[in-house]
This record gives sequence, structure tokens and C-alpha cells, in this order.
Amino acid sequence: MRRHFQSFARFSYRTVILISLFFFFHGITSFASARENVNLVPASDSASAKESKEKKAEVFNAGDMIMEHVVDNHEWHILEIGHFKLMIPLPVILYYDGKLYSFCSSRFHNEERSYNGFSLPEEGPGKGKIVRTAAVPGGPKVYDFSITKTVLAIFISAFIMLFVFISVARAYKRNLNKAPKGMQSMLEPLIIFVRDDIAKSSIGEKKYEKYMPYLLTIFFFIFLNNILGIIPIFPGGANVTGNIAVTMVMAVFTFILTMVNGNKHYWVDIVNTPGVPWWLKLPIPLMPIVEIIGVITKPFVLMVRLFANMAAGHIIALGFVSLIFIFGAMNVVLGYGVSVGAVAFMIFMNLLELLVAFIQAYVFTLLSALYFGLATIEPEHH
Amino acid sequence: MELITPGLGLIFWMTLVFLALLFLLKKFAWLPILKMLKDREDAITDALSSADKAKEEMKQMQFSNEQLLAEAKNDRDSILNEARKIKEKIIEEARVKASEEAGNIMASALENIRNEKMAALTELKNEVGDLSLDIATKILQRELSDPKKQEEFALQLLKEIKLN
Repeated sequence: MRRHFQSFARFSYRTVILISLFFFFHGITSFASARENVNLVPASDSASAKESKEKKAEVFNAGDMIMEHVVDNHEWHILEIGHFKLMIPLPVILYYDGKLYSFCSSRFHNEERSYNGFSLPEEGPGKGKIVRTAAVPGGPKVYDFSITKTVLAIFISAFIMLFVFISVARAYKRNLNKAPKGMQSMLEPLIIFVRDDIAKSSIGEKKYEKYMPYLLTIFFFIFLNNILGIIPIFPGGANVTGNIAVTMVMAVFTFILTMVNGNKHYWVDIVNTPGVPWWLKLPIPLMPIVEIIGVITKPFVLMVRLFANMAAGHIIALGFVSLIFIFGAMNVVLGYGVSVGAVAFMIFMNLLELLVAFIQAYVFTLLSALYFGLATIEPEHH
Repeated sequence: MELITPGLGLIFWMTLVFLALLFLLKKFAWLPILKMLKDREDAITDALSSADKAKEEMKQMQFSNEQLLAEAKNDRDSILNEARKIKEKIIEEARVKASEEAGNIMASALENIRNEKMAALTELKNEVGDLSLDIATKILQRELSDPKKQEEFALQLLKEIKLN
């Protein structure tokens, strides 16, 4: 009895935190929308057609559920119990036909899923994408610059990084030339790891300093977001590094830095590769084409590797959760039975993800550093 | 396939945030942190090498101290030895001098004594001669008629008397 009470107390404490977080970030609008959702619950005496529609929606679709969690969203779903949805509606910013539109995404919470001439379909092929309601083929396109779930997660992680590292920098100034303390001593090994084992060993003692800020930023950005991605509740849980746009931007930065810093030797190696027979270069520039493909492949691989690893981790974890519901739909007892194994596997996967979170951050940073090193290597004199 | 289609808005925001993050962190975090880390490493290296140097110096100093001490000991011993030698020499010299002096004194005393004795004897001889002459004169004045013979006789007698 006592234990029961304790767990209840803990639960209510957690709820208070959740609710306060939720108020802190987004005010009352989301609460109103949640209320609306609650009101939408049909009464027992409602039309049978509506009831069957509800039933249809109740059927669990693992693929849809997983995709919904992995891809970007205009709302941040936190909790869903029955018809009660706890979510953070995020601002929508649209550019359409030379004009900027901005409103809250909770405006779409109506029967037609549309507002101000734009609609956000909940299902179908255009699901989750904002389109003009009465769009004419060949007409102006809708450019969506909304602060989506991923964008908000990027903001949050950027603020965390700024706060943490600026305070660490201050700690360095405070105890000058002394042993590190607290947060500083936790992050110092990582900073030194990036400096000594990534930058110095791949770029070389002479030139590594120039690339350090970039390498440190991508390393900690990826690492932090990977870790936050494992945490299931707000502000974690967003699939930032498992989003191809995010990894693409970072890969493009690495690509641009490689291009900008490439020295003469690097470009000569690409255009006129030494040690290759002339007929591979002269009539048809076969070798240069291969080299240029290689140059483009490198950032592409960077982008895909990080994205695929992180997205796969999320998909597997969600897959295990789905298993419980799939088996539960067949038979309730079977669902409970499977849950034991599924939870065990999820714990295992989460531990693996912790490792992957570090390894992927390391690999992305190391490969970026290697590309910089290759682009700036001094020609060897034979 | 939304999963593998990068969204335009996300690319825009990510680029913006990432650039801002990169520049802010570079200015306010990475460069100061890296600089301080380097400074600290240099300081530690310096401190260690100077400690080593100090240790070496200490060792050197200890060595030279020992050397100095040994030298001082040697000096002291040699000084003491010399002093002892000098002392013995002085004593020896003093003894020699003293005995010499004593000998001299003795010799001069003996000389004096001899001289005195000789003088005394001479005086005594003269005195005795005078006395005996007087006595003989007095005795013989009456017995001998010829004074000349008598004096001759007395002298002869005197010569016979050797006072050695």
C-alpha cells in the first residue's frame, strides 16, 4: 500500500514537471488543443458510421507509427493516452507566392486540417506536408520554413552547447593552469581526444589548429543530438542526426571546407593523377571523372552513414515497441508475454545506441578530419 | 519517401543554426579552451622540466657540498698535522736551544770557575810567594849572612813549587 502510494507520488511529481515544461515552452494554446481533442471523443450514442471510422483509426499500423516518429513533424508529441494528446504545437512559417505566412500549427486542428488556405493532410501521400488547399498544377509552390520538431531540437541542442561550452571556457579562465573541475573535467578528455586523436593524427601537427573549432563543433553537435535522440521524453527524442537534411548540411560543410582548403597538390592529383597511364586521361578523361566522383562520394557517404545509423537505431527501438502492440492485438496475454522480451531487447538496443552515438560522432569527425588532411597534405619529394 | 528527402526548411534552419553555433562557440568557447589547454600543457611541461633541472642542480650542489666538506676535512687534517709538526718542532727546537743554552751557561760557568780558580790560584800563588818570601826572609834574615845567596835559594825553591 505504501509502495503504491510512493509510486503514485512519483508519478504526480513527473506529471508536474511535464506540465510545467509544457507551459514554459508553449503557453496555453496546446492545452486548449488537447481539450479540444478530449471533446472530440464521441459519446456512446453517436452515429455508427463515425464509430466504425474511429475503430479503423484504432487499428495499429507499425510502419506508420515508426515513420511518424522518425520523420520530422510540425508538432512535438509528448504523450498520448487514449484520446488525450499532450503535444507542443510549433510555429509554421510559409513562403508562398512572394508572401510570408506564419501561424501556430495548432490552427490545423480542425475537421478539414486546413487554415488560411493551407492544409496539412493527416494521411495519404502528402501526409505531414503543408500544401495550398486549392493548388493549381504549375502554380506557385509552398516553401515551408516552419520551426518543426527537428528545428526546435536543433535550437535546444545549440543552446545546450552554447551554455555548456561557454561555461566550461569560463571555468578554464577561472582556474587558470589548474586541474579541471566538474563539467570541465568531464568534457576535457573529449576535447583532448578530438584534438589529439582526430585532428592531430589526421591533419598533422602544423595545420590542425585551423580546423579544431569546426571539428569540435560537429563532434559535440552530433554526439549531443545522438544522446538526446535516445532519451524518449522532451526535450530529447527528436531524431535530429537521423534526419537526412541535418546530416546533409554537415556533410556539405565538410565538403566546402575541403574544397576551399585544397592545395595545389590536391587538385593536381584529381585532374592529373600521377602514376596512371596517359591513355586513361587524354582522349577521354576517365581518371579525372573517377576522381571527381570520389570527391563527391566522400561527403555523400558521410551524410548517408550518420543518417542511416541513427534512423535505423530509432526504427529498431520503435520496432520492438510495435511488436508488443502487434502481438497484443492478436491476444492480450501474448502481448504481455512478448513485452518482456521486447523490453529486454530495447534496453540492449539502447545500450548499443549509446555506443553508436559516440562512434558515429567519432567517425563523422574523423572522416572530416581525414578529408581535410588529404586536401592539405604537402607533396612528398621523391 | 519523406525519410530520405531533405526538407528545404530544415536545411535552411540547420545551416543557420550550425553557422551561428560554429562562430559563437569558436569565439567564446573553442579558441579560449584550446588556448588554455595548450597554455596549461606548456606550463606543466615547463614545471616538470624545471623541477628536473632543480633536482639535477640539487644533486650537483649536494655533490659539490660533499666535495667541499671533504676538502675542508682534508684541510683541517693537514692543518692539524702541520700544527702538530710545528709544535713538535718548536718543542724540539726549544729543547735543543735550552740544552744548548744550558750547556753554554755551564761552559761559561766552568770557564768562569776555571778563570776564577786560576786567578785565585795566581793570587794565592803570589800571595803564598809573597808570604813565603816574607816568611823565608824573616826566617833566613837571621840564619843566612849572605842575602844574595839566600834570595837565590828562595827563588829556586819557589820555582820548584808548582801550583798545579
